Amino acid sequence: MAATIVALIPLFLILYYLVHKGLGAWKPTFFTTDPTGNTFFGGAHIGGIKSAILGTIEMVALAAAISIPIGIGVAVWLVEYGRDSWFANTVRFFTDVMTGVPSIVFGLFVYIVLIVGTGSTYAGYKGSIALALLMLPIVTRAGEVVLLLVPNSLRESALALGAPRWRVIGSVVLPTALPGLLTGMLLAVARAAGETAPLLFTAAAANATSLNLGDFMNSLPVQIYNDITKPTTAVVERAWGAALTLVLMILILNMAARLLARRNRLA
Amino acid sequence: MEAASITSGERGLLTRSPLARLPDRALKWGLTVLAALILALIVYFFIRLIGQARPAFSKEGVFGFIFGNNWNPEAGHFGALPLVVGTLITSALALLMGVPVAVATALFTTELCPARARGALTVLVELLAAVPSVVYGLWGIFFLAPKLKGPEQWVADRLSLIPFIGGGAVTIPNYFIAGLVLAIMILPIVSAISREVMATVPFDQKEAALGLGATRWEMIRIAVLPYCRSGIVGGAMLGLGRAIGETIAITIVIGDATRLGHHLFNQGYSLAAVVANEFGEAEGTHRAALFAAGLVLFVLTLIVNIIARVIVNRSARKSFRGPTAGARAEGGGVTLVDAAAGV
Repeated sequence: MAATIVALIPLFLILYYLVHKGLGAWKPTFFTTDPTGNTFFGGAHIGGIKSAILGTIEMVALAAAISIPIGIGVAVWLVEYGRDSWFANTVRFFTDVMTGVPSIVFGLFVYIVLIVGTGSTYAGYKGSIALALLMLPIVTRAGEVVLLLVPNSLRESALALGAPRWRVIGSVVLPTALPGLLTGMLLAVARAAGETAPLLFTAAAANATSLNLGDFMNSLPVQIYNDITKPTTAVVERAWGAALTLVLMILILNMAARLLARRNRLA
Repeated sequence: MEAASITSGERGLLTRSPLARLPDRALKWGLTVLAALILALIVYFFIRLIGQARPAFSKEGVFGFIFGNNWNPEAGHFGALPLVVGTLITSALALLMGVPVAVATALFTTELCPARARGALTVLVELLAAVPSVVYGLWGIFFLAPKLKGPEQWVADRLSLIPFIGGGAVTIPNYFIAGLVLAIMILPIVSAISREVMATVPFDQKEAALGLGATRWEMIRIAVLPYCRSGIVGGAMLGLGRAIGETIAITIVIGDATRLGHHLFNQGYSLAAVVANEFGEAEGTHRAALFAAGLVLFVLTLIVNIIARVIVNRSARKSFRGPTAGARAEGGGVTLVDAAAGV
């Protein structure tokens, strides 16, 4: 009992402080202006977090578009084809190990391959690829858990009706598992949205809003990180406001994922 | 598989034409290639990372790099000992503080608390995992560190005779704060795995202990904990892997000392923090040294994670056919969320 309370104290402290400090920074212009980069004079000159919010949404969306098809594909392979073969177990094992690779190492990988390798500079889509690498094992493992819950009798009935394997997967297995798969995807997206380290030297930071993923791109976590290191109180206040925004976005995704999991017929 | 065994009997009627079987084959091989790609990716990255880090190793030597106690990029000294030790100290602190709380929380939610509160408590503990690392850093440096400075100084003064702990003045970013923040961050994963393992304890064993007149606590001690020991150890190892690799929160709360701190409440540095902090403006050998720090970090987490996975898988297999069977037994929802949270 006591331990549980001890475990929950930090949660309440963090949430309390976030709301307490963050709400102070939330003004109408906070969400509609870009950061000016002018942090010296403080006050109203520093601008808001528009480019950070949009940058996070754009990069995470692209990361999801890359990692979800691959992740679900690998999960389908593991459940439908690989099963208990040694190769499948190896893939499973390394996917697990991949979830433990530090996020900053993914940032280094992408830097080596896409920036040193091509001799170019930072870009939003490179940040997305780093995030996608991070999401991939999460989507795969969550997908596998859900696909395993699809009753074998469903697969067998479809096969007995003469459906080829790909139709069984596409029209029976995947639709049945859909709510659970969505849960996994949403949780992976929530995880990626909060990551700073892989973006630091893949997408870098920028002030202006950009809709082009080939440009430098701002994001909420990187904005918060950069603001913390600035000495002025107004900038730190912006960091709290941005942190509250980010945590709310992630909590909404988490809650949506949990609601979907609860409605899942298979569970 | 099933289709193949039917067709082997009545060929002419039931076999599909080669053309009709094409999509099936394509799907199977396409997906196999995708799965193989994951393995290839890890190996490829590993090789590229070694290639990029080589200049630093050839300058300092592998041994000199890891055990040199001087990280001074301006002067061209790249001894990563302060970083390695910083990573290890903060991770050890995180385990010391985080694991007991996490295991006790798991015990409380599985064995002691009323069934109605169970779901809510689980969700609350897992919300700790949803808070982004940068927010932990923000909170740690602006709330936790100033609030704890007084108590830390008190402890440091009282324990001034013990080397490495007491004696000196407390600085604001320090090893202890970093360890504390890490302890909070690994709590959800350790507690989730412990909970999962505790749910596999056979009901008969618990009933038998209670039937012999054991109290709840005695039942936990003689029936639950021994059964779960290896699973809990595995969970703690996974937590350790997380703690070692944690970057942004630690970068914010540990400081950037270029030599080893003299005691627990001194500024330090860590492998992940040095990369996050210095990579942006690093050139030449400095950059290679940062790649080397990343490589050491990668290898460290790889080893810890592999050991952890082996332990967790083995303890899960003791009672079921695998972690996935455990998911079925527990009823899906929460376990799925655990799996997706990277557990």
